[in-house]
Amino acid sequence: MSLPSLQVRNLAVARGDRNVVEALDFSVAAGEILHIRGRNGAGKTSLLEVLCGLRQPAAGSLEGQPDAEHRHWLGHKNALNPTLSPDENLRFWCALGGHADVDVGPALLRVGLKAQRHRPCGSLSTGQRRRAALARLLALPRPWWFLDEPLAGLDHAGIELLAELLDAHGRSGGAALVTSHQPLPAAVAGVRSLELRA
Amino acid sequence: MSAAAAVFRRELLLAARRPAEWAQPLVFYAIVALLFPLGIEAHDPALKVFAPAVVWVGALLAALLGVERIFRGDLDDGTLEQLLLADAPAPLLVAAKLAAHWLITALPLVVAAPVLGIALGLEPLAVKVLTLSLLLGTPTLMFTGGFAAALTVGAQRAGILLPILVLPLMTPAVIFGGGAVRAAAAGLPFDAPLYFLGALTALTVTLLPFAAAGALRNAIE
Repeated sequence: MSLPSLQVRNLAVARGDRNVVEALDFSVAAGEILHIRGRNGAGKTSLLEVLCGLRQPAAGSLEGQPDAEHRHWLGHKNALNPTLSPDENLRFWCALGGHADVDVGPALLRVGLKAQRHRPCGSLSTGQRRRAALARLLALPRPWWFLDEPLAGLDHAGIELLAELLDAHGRSGGAALVTSHQPLPAAVAGVRSLELRA
Repeated sequence: MSAAAAVFRRELLLAARRPAEWAQPLVFYAIVALLFPLGIEAHDPALKVFAPAVVWVGALLAALLGVERIFRGDLDDGTLEQLLLADAPAPLLVAAKLAAHWLITALPLVVAAPVLGIALGLEPLAVKVLTLSLLLGTPTLMFTGGFAAALTVGAQRAGILLPILVLPLMTPAVIFGGGAVRAAAAGLPFDAPLYFLGALTALTVTLLPFAAAGALRNAIE
């Protein structure tokens, strides 16, 4: 994978009527994991939403922003319908991405949901639902990952799993932007940090 | 188109898992239409005059019943964010979703219309026109309702706001739908109001998904 890097110049991000992020400059290249840190309210989620294309920046420019078929967004919410099983939810997202024929079994096995793959997501625990959301990253490989607080709800084994996935993604030439107020596991190589100060 | 087909299939799958959601409007519609004659004198000739309006208003209320939920679940569980970020035009996905909801909640109303028309004493020709008018007009109800649901999805008290917003927009469909049936029952030409219904449907089905997609984008920002 050879990715154009994401270049951020003089970026401002607004939430409501005030700028939560101002005059931000950085770039993210292939193989890099950018850990966006900051205290509550520092604008981590708003910044990630702008970088991913969910909302418009208040000022500044973005170059090399990946298009829809090259990025994954994992927000606070898992995008899992509670009536459908992880298997059905995942197959829907693959079909929406134009890959209806993908076998989602290996991805669900990798995140430890083999036994729960046909149970309604509404009956799964918070951590299991987060794992099912992570399986979307694996079922439909894309080079850019935008992960908003991916550690939330995960147990120790789940955090290790996420570290392995991030590490493998970076080593295979993918890039990830991860917001988290806690440190990323040390097992993830190539992590750069960006501290947001409100 | 495969993305739209995926959204369409997902809605059908969800409807199959939650039959109460699509059965409720149908039962509501049947109750409104069938209890109306009990409220007036038996064999009152006025029943035939009121019948088109009763069925059409019943259909409108039934369409309003489930419409608020169309995008609510998707907003709550994060699906909406993903749909708007997908590599497919958002208006197309919205149209697929509304088309599936029409199939699930409005088509049964059309299918039940002949039974209700006969029960309300309409002549065979008027029953046919009633069914045809609902077939042409219910997409307008569904897409207008869907647009209003998109506008109010992030709002508190959407349950009150939505009907107030939607009723003036749905009024033309009821006027032309009821008018076509009244004309058929009176032996007058009934094609003009049906053409109007067709035109309304063409307009709402093609334009409102764009407006709804814009409203949904606003809701998640």
